[in-house]
Amino acid sequence: MDSEEYSKSLEEKFHQYKIGVSINRSNPEIEVNHEHLIELAKKLKKDESYEILMDVIAVDFLTYGDVDWKTNDATNTGYSRAVKPTIIPEIDETFVERFAVFYQLLSVSNNRRLTLKVFASESNPPSVPSLVDIWSSADWFEREAFDLMGIHFDGHPDLRRILTDYGFIGHPFRKDFPTNGNLEVVYDEEKEEVVYQPVSISTRPTVPRVIRDRND
Amino acid sequence: MTESNLTLNFGPQHPAAHGVLRLIMELDGEVVTNLDPHIGLLHRGTEKLAEIKPFNHSIGYMDRMDYVSMMCCEHPYVLAIESLLEIEPPKRAQYIRVMFDEITRIMNHLLWLGCHGLDIGAMALFLYCFREREDLYDAYEAVSGARMHATYYRPGGVYRDLPSEMPKYKANKFISEKKVKKLNYNREGSLLDFIEDFTNRFPSLVDEYETLLTDNRIWKQRTVDIGVVTPERAMQLGFTGPMLRGSGIEWDLRRNQSYEVYDELEFLVPVGVNGDCYDRYLVRIEEMRQSNLIIQQCINWLRENSGPVMIEDHKYRAPKRDSMKHDMESLIYHFKHFTEGYSVPEGNTYKAIEHPKGEFGVFLLSDGANKPYRLKVRAPSFAHLAAIDEMSKGHMLADVVSIIGTLDIVFGEIDR
Repeated sequence: MDSEEYSKSLEEKFHQYKIGVSINRSNPEIEVNHEHLIELAKKLKKDESYEILMDVIAVDFLTYGDVDWKTNDATNTGYSRAVKPTIIPEIDETFVERFAVFYQLLSVSNNRRLTLKVFASESNPPSVPSLVDIWSSADWFEREAFDLMGIHFDGHPDLRRILTDYGFIGHPFRKDFPTNGNLEVVYDEEKEEVVYQPVSISTRPTVPRVIRDRND
Repeated sequence: MTESNLTLNFGPQHPAAHGVLRLIMELDGEVVTNLDPHIGLLHRGTEKLAEIKPFNHSIGYMDRMDYVSMMCCEHPYVLAIESLLEIEPPKRAQYIRVMFDEITRIMNHLLWLGCHGLDIGAMALFLYCFREREDLYDAYEAVSGARMHATYYRPGGVYRDLPSEMPKYKANKFISEKKVKKLNYNREGSLLDFIEDFTNRFPSLVDEYETLLTDNRIWKQRTVDIGVVTPERAMQLGFTGPMLRGSGIEWDLRRNQSYEVYDELEFLVPVGVNGDCYDRYLVRIEEMRQSNLIIQQCINWLRENSGPVMIEDHKYRAPKRDSMKHDMESLIYHFKHFTEGYSVPEGNTYKAIEHPKGEFGVFLLSDGANKPYRLKVRAPSFAHLAAIDEMSKGHMLADVVSIIGTLDIVFGEIDR
């Protein structure tokens, strides 16, 4: 069965979950609402034998398509425009579908890969149901996505931070978190101890971000 | 009086922790009842840093993921970019990549074997393993100029062709001419000759390691029936690579989802039976032998077939410096390549390779810009370390060290 037929069969089998199936580089990619995620995941594991959850990837779409350099004309401000300190985007509360979670599944018995795409709920904090009960490997992957992107996984038994420092504030991989961070650690000679203080560095893009068509 | 459990802190500065691993262990006597790994002490935010750099600038960052198998970490990253750009490297570049992937696999397994041995009491082995790693580092240096962080792969091929001569030792007041001649005996020819000499010597060296360990009573007492994982649990826990094969599941991306030219090469996939530390040791030893055979096949092919090692399309590669000097278009492309890089079409992709430790995958999401919108690295050790709690429960404190060793963890890729 080639990928096209397989995607069609998936679409028919799981139409009750209102899924959208597309083919991404010869692997099916299923988009599903977070309400149906658990049921669909259970079915995929049981009926389609996707035994391994390879990865959980959280994506923040806040600045999708934004560029530093958007012009086709000559300019007299030139490069300096792009090296201004990057402005942290303001959070648009009405921004829908900001956070998405991609699940990479692998079926060892059928030798197939599949991507599941779920947009997090628009609550604050954004949330997605946890898949720990279905695949144990989701445990740390979800903890990582929570730590770095601030997505809550409902039903996760132990949703603690995993990669960032003890007592860290914020979720560093969100697009509104500055690349250089907020706090730095230094040794204070007077106090004779290690202290946290606001960062003294700023980000300076060396290459402006541009979007070009293939034929540009 | 009731006896209470003891809570013990292990690491983050501990020689057996393989880096900066901190474990909070709960012990009942000497038996582990609960184990909570604290990671992230080496977190550098590589994936975030990649978002502010053009695609090619991050290749060097990938070397620093798993810093004992460098080129294997570059590989899925360039594959992901190639998949979005829909380009394919020339065949010679694919063979070079496969050859260096396998050299890297041997390097990784040698380091693993040495350190794993050292952790559980086989001191001499460490020195032998590092003696052989030295030759492979020299191969890295000859091809890329760097002993560790090569930055050799590029989207569309590799940075340059294999060198036709090896750097040689020179005599000075500490090393005599006679000694230098002896040191240079395998450096008279090309890099391929140097690697071929290594592949001829290597199988007997693996035999030497095996005489030290495979039937060694102490080695078996420390590894047999330690950290047993059933095939079902191995899949459930997201194991890949030797960890999955050690549990008896025949799954190798090189064979099952072949990439580059692996489908043209002959090799066997070793599989364990019991899923304990000893089986995983046997699997990795056999993998070294198989990698050696793959390298030999690659050397034969590369000797007979010459050709380009990089695609010709100047959109994705810098033009030759020579053509830049008298061709206006080349000059423009050169300028564009180094000031802006190339834009990658919108879309997302997940590319994975059989890294020495398991499945190393790169998820790349592009919004059409010259920088990645989101990069996510799937590190095999991350999933393996997550299982340490389950694997160690009920074992003795000293067995935790065997289990850390068998997981083959490296913090560069776990913490990213």
